[in-house]
Amino acid sequence: MQMHHAKRVEVIIEAVMEKQVTRALEEAGVTGFTILPVLGGSGRSGRWTREGTVGRATGMIAVICLITPSRLDILLEALFPVLDEHIGVVSVSDTHILRAERF
Amino acid sequence: MEQILSLAGQNLLSPVILFFVLGVAASLARSDLTFPEAIAKGMSLYLLFAIGFKGGASVAQHGADISLGLAVLAGVVLSFVLPFVAFVLLRALARGVSTIDAAAVAGHYGSISIVTFVAATSLLTAGGIVHEGYMVAVAAAMEAPAIVSALWLATRGGAGGRMDGDLWREILLNGSIVLLLGAFAIGWITGERGMNEIAPFIVAPFKGVLCLFLLDMGIVAGRELRAAGRIVTPGVVAFGLTMPLVGAGFGLAAALLLGLSAGGVAVMMTLSASASYIAVPAAMRVALPKANPALYLTLALGITFPFNLTLGIPLYMAVAQTLTGG
Repeated sequence: MQMHHAKRVEVIIEAVMEKQVTRALEEAGVTGFTILPVLGGSGRSGRWTREGTVGRATGMIAVICLITPSRLDILLEALFPVLDEHIGVVSVSDTHILRAERF
Repeated sequence: MEQILSLAGQNLLSPVILFFVLGVAASLARSDLTFPEAIAKGMSLYLLFAIGFKGGASVAQHGADISLGLAVLAGVVLSFVLPFVAFVLLRALARGVSTIDAAAVAGHYGSISIVTFVAATSLLTAGGIVHEGYMVAVAAAMEAPAIVSALWLATRGGAGGRMDGDLWREILLNGSIVLLLGAFAIGWITGERGMNEIAPFIVAPFKGVLCLFLLDMGIVAGRELRAAGRIVTPGVVAFGLTMPLVGAGFGLAAALLLGLSAGGVAVMMTLSASASYIAVPAAMRVALPKANPALYLTLALGITFPFNLTLGIPLYMAVAQTLTGG
């Protein structure tokens, strides 16, 4: 089975910024992404959890996308203005994918 | 004073308040008692739906006149004005608070806590004190204008803040407002007939669901207090306890000018005394991301909300009854 080198970009960001982040991904030419809810975690402000919360102000989401290495810089440049002032983490890792033509 | 203490005593011994206290105590004691997020949101949707519908049905039953429009207008004005009062008071009491943090907090105190509103109307109903059904519309109208005032304060102080399409959508189309106003409109349109059709769902179970929801809110409030740490300075606490009384004073003045009933005066005072911790925090994360969410969430949820629930509402009820003779 032929595999192709790709970049996995994971953005853990405040839930209220979901639309802005996904819009930036789409404008950068990302063909698809996955949004996962984050149950809780810990950061500079201490531990937090989604348990029992009602509003979106305290929640985080993880947005994951796969992209060809040649387009990584374009994607990160599109994401930076959206994320700069908000609570969140961006990580990039190497991965391999099937059906590279879909990315 | 006796009436206030008597009302406070009755209030504190109501199941609604006791479940909130249980939640706070459980959280402070680090119990693992929690509600799944989906259930908390489900209860919130139910309460908004029920309170909105009942308000609309009440307006249908009693009729709407110019007093509805005037009360909504008064609510909008209060929501625009109270952030300026809160901003000045916070900066005076807690001198270390930055402009942007003070502006963000101010936005919360100009807006309203729908849960405090629900608790107040529930206690009024339990006490046989009637209030105008359209106060639901006043509550919905008071959610958003404060955010505009807060952004103006932040911008004027050089702290930035952007009003773009995303923020307007967050402010005007957030789920709480859409459901509250939508249910209010449907209750108004369908009136007594609609009320009879769904009363078994929104009348009898209401208080039980409210108890569970306030248990959850107590857990979350306790969690905020535990995590507050160095943010909770004496000045910040003083603000959290003083601003509700100041806001209630403004609400009282507006309500008396409008000639509201005793219950209506109490509700207007409660709305003006409360601070948002659902809709406005989300808007502030978008508009003023550099503002410290720990400060405004701790104030709104950890200090002011418990104060209003336990001592504030009985005080506002007593003052309202005393001044209106109701």
